[in-house]
Amino acid sequence: MARGQYEPVIGLEVHAELLTAAKVFCGCSAKFGAPPNQNTCPVCLGMPGTLPVVNRRVIEFAMRAGLATRSEIAHYSRWARKNYFYPDLPKGYQISQYELPICTGGAVDIEVEGAPRTIRLTRIHMEEDTGKNIHDAHGDASLVDFNRCGVPLLEIVSEPELRSAAEAGAYLRKLRAILQYLEICDGNMEEGSFRCDANVSIRPVGSKPFGIKVEIKNMNSFRAVERAIEYEIERQTTVLDDGGRLVQETRLWDPDRELTRSMRSKEFADDYRYFPDPDLLPLVIDDAWIAAVRETLPELPDARRQRFVDRYGLPAYDAEVLTQRKDLADYYEAVVRHHANAKAISNWIMGDVLRVVRERKLDNAPIIHDWPVLPERLAALVKLIDDGEISGKIAKTVFEEMVSTGGSPVEIVAARGLTQISDDAAIQAAVDAVIGANTAKVAEYRGGKDKLFGFFVGQVMKATEGKANPQKVNELLRAALAG
Amino acid sequence: MSELTRLSIDEAADLLKRRQVSAEDLTRAALERIAATEPALHSFITVTAEGAMEEARAADARRARGEHGPLLGIPVAIKDIILTRGTRTTAGSKILSTFVAPYDATVSARLRAAGAVCVGKLNCDEFAMGSSTENSAFGVTRNPWDTERVPGGSSGGSASAIAAAQCLGTLGTDTGGSIRQPAACCGVVGLKPTYGRVSRYGVIAYASSLDQVGPLARTVRGCAAMLGVVAGHDTADSTSVPRPVPDYAAHLDGKVRGLRIAVPREYFVEGVQPEVEAAVRTALHALEGQGANVSEVSLPHTRYAVATYYLVATAEASSNLARYDGVKYGHRAAAAEGLVDMYRKTRAEGFGAEVKRRIMLGTYALSAGYYDAYYLRAQKVRTLIRRDFEAVFAEHDVVLTPTAPTTAFRIGERTSDPLQMYLSDIFTISVNLAGLPAISLPCGFDTRGLPIGLQIIGRPFAEEIVLKAADAYERLTEWHRRTPDAVAQGGA
Ligand SMILES: [Zn+2]
Repeated sequence: MARGQYEPVIGLEVHAELLTAAKVFCGCSAKFGAPPNQNTCPVCLGMPGTLPVVNRRVIEFAMRAGLATRSEIAHYSRWARKNYFYPDLPKGYQISQYELPICTGGAVDIEVEGAPRTIRLTRIHMEEDTGKNIHDAHGDASLVDFNRCGVPLLEIVSEPELRSAAEAGAYLRKLRAILQYLEICDGNMEEGSFRCDANVSIRPVGSKPFGIKVEIKNMNSFRAVERAIEYEIERQTTVLDDGGRLVQETRLWDPDRELTRSMRSKEFADDYRYFPDPDLLPLVIDDAWIAAVRETLPELPDARRQRFVDRYGLPAYDAEVLTQRKDLADYYEAVVRHHANAKAISNWIMGDVLRVVRERKLDNAPIIHDWPVLPERLAALVKLIDDGEISGKIAKTVFEEMVSTGGSPVEIVAARGLTQISDDAAIQAAVDAVIGANTAKVAEYRGGKDKLFGFFVGQVMKATEGKANPQKVNELLRAALAG
Repeated sequence: MSELTRLSIDEAADLLKRRQVSAEDLTRAALERIAATEPALHSFITVTAEGAMEEARAADARRARGEHGPLLGIPVAIKDIILTRGTRTTAGSKILSTFVAPYDATVSARLRAAGAVCVGKLNCDEFAMGSSTENSAFGVTRNPWDTERVPGGSSGGSASAIAAAQCLGTLGTDTGGSIRQPAACCGVVGLKPTYGRVSRYGVIAYASSLDQVGPLARTVRGCAAMLGVVAGHDTADSTSVPRPVPDYAAHLDGKVRGLRIAVPREYFVEGVQPEVEAAVRTALHALEGQGANVSEVSLPHTRYAVATYYLVATAEASSNLARYDGVKYGHRAAAAEGLVDMYRKTRAEGFGAEVKRRIMLGTYALSAGYYDAYYLRAQKVRTLIRRDFEAVFAEHDVVLTPTAPTTAFRIGERTSDPLQMYLSDIFTISVNLAGLPAISLPCGFDTRGLPIGLQIIGRPFAEEIVLKAADAYERLTEWHRRTPDAVAQGGA
């Protein structure tokens, strides 16, 4: 079969760490970044005799995720034990959900290159995270940090309905946006609070049965997910085209070499011996509880995007970019509240703000925490331009200083004397000086070389250190050159 | 033997209240008795003499301040599968031989708060797996009535300590009969409460859906006092039930007139020692004589109980015992190459044969392809067993049976035949599968002078009815006043 005649079949399993204050089965802090083993107690260390007690917030967070993705919330679900041995798993089993998860069904709407699609969800279930092994940190010994043990996770499993790396990326971004809007997950892929495994197979176009599935792990950015899926589709296509056979296996994404490599073969097929956890009662959720949680749902990304178009008159593209992250959308609305130039502010945020955020690698953490430019100050900057106080060009300089010092644009402009020169006499003097110093070029211009106009503008701006009102410069220059 | 150690809990509490004896006196007497009898019996894994004397002085101080309570100053001991902060807790296993509990089990904390004086930690079958207390990594416990015989299990230490007057009350755990069967073997009273009545927090798990902590004492009244202190909802145990704890002592009025007693025909079958059956029938007549109504009933799924129990219990055990891997605490194999080797050697060295047998059984029962045929089916049969009891309890107040089919057997007699050993709990297992409360109390002796146990089973959370019936019977007899000769003078 020739290349290009295969159809990729992709399903994603996302693990999202929940932002509850406490762990799922004990009262320990679930906060990230504490010194090793500080956030532990007999329960999350699985000491003899300990028992789990469910944190109600975790259930509510799972319900929020379920409701926001149009899932069915199970009135009766169950906790199960997933049994396996690993040093970072203190009890020798992980408490998870298995045959009766809290959410089933559900869907996430995505759009790739203007084409809308709905990706269905198989299930969302709750489980506890494990600890972390630290190798070679202490001679040849391995150490274990149990801080993450018992931190609540949602596992969100999609149906195998994604058909390209781009769709997988769009799905992940939308899912992350939803969880961030719900304020139940910070979505930080680098710190591992939003993790993704991909199941990838290919099949001849038009064929119904699935091909041999490969699971890819170890991807810690959206780009890595997309690249890994692209690589895997390519690899599987090559194997089949060369008459080879694929094996069902788990492969790791190697970000340095940009390829996937085999992690373990089938002979280590796991038998987790799932069974209902006898230490926990079945989880019973009534309609009243579901309704109460539904009440607390915020506006979600798709609704907000539409509202941005309707209320602020933004182009669909702007609305999409601004609402991809809740913190960005919140920031946008906060700026607009102070100064109602919706499109100009959108341009600033999509352009300069996001550029600096990316440069500073703030794009994994909520911007509002670390972003130095207060909304009212960005609004003030745009207002300075709109009022003709500074030029757009000067504004870029002011913005850079606001980013580095967090200062107010009005003060920066005043302190550095950047106020725009709109005074006709001052500009006229500069225009006259430029014309006087460039007689040859003036002659050329008058001889029909229109393009030189830009040169004269540049010279005037240079002479006024960029502070001259560009409109006035244009006006006065044209008059003088016509002279 | 000091008369102080032969007191029942309520007798001792009465003397304490009337200032005729101090907690220090009682505790010193208990410790002396332990010192004298332990070489012959080995009821204890750890004796906490110093801590006990301190607790006794604290209890006396509390009494001096005008406080009182049913256990304030009473010497007790705790099965070594229940965590006691700062004291070694081994579960009878080599794998936990060095484990010092970092926190108190809820029941330990409640005993402490009530001012009970803990004299030590009692021997038991490793991880409560056994019916003879021969499976302890710390050696066998002997039956005070005949030191060549087992005390029953797995709470053998808890039962023998009472029978030998080493302390006045003990806590055991009962997964398939582990309180009642040794209580019967040792001629003492042992109560397995309703599942959920007593917190399991801090109790080293064998089979989570079956385990329950309960008291052993010389008298029914003593068990009632112990239960009143340890029972009740615990937010640290999701399976503990938020129901108020009745005043059990207030129900013990000796009246059984109109009490509807069911006698299941499946419990009087071949294999039951004739003296056991005779003693239980005699007890029934005695209760009838007091106005109780006795009728025969059927619990048709009883014959599946042992098989069901060994599937459910071993499946849960295989998972519960996975945490003993040598990584965080307890025994770790010294010479291991790599992680998997460390796991293998640690568990091979740390666990005894019976524990390994059950882990293997449970792992098999849960493994892919067998889960439906074994574990799931066992859960379904469990439901049928529970329904059998529900049907009987619709028309009866209690079910009355022998506790064990035979009296105490000889040490080593059944160790080579696990299946024969498993049948020791044949009359107690259904109660755990159904989550019901049940008590065992002495109802006679066989011709070898070994005690026989009578089991009274009640509806869920009807401990007060079970205790009331048992107390009424106890008032009619003197069995509980008998003293084992074998260790009466402090030696075998
Ligand atoms: Zn904890």
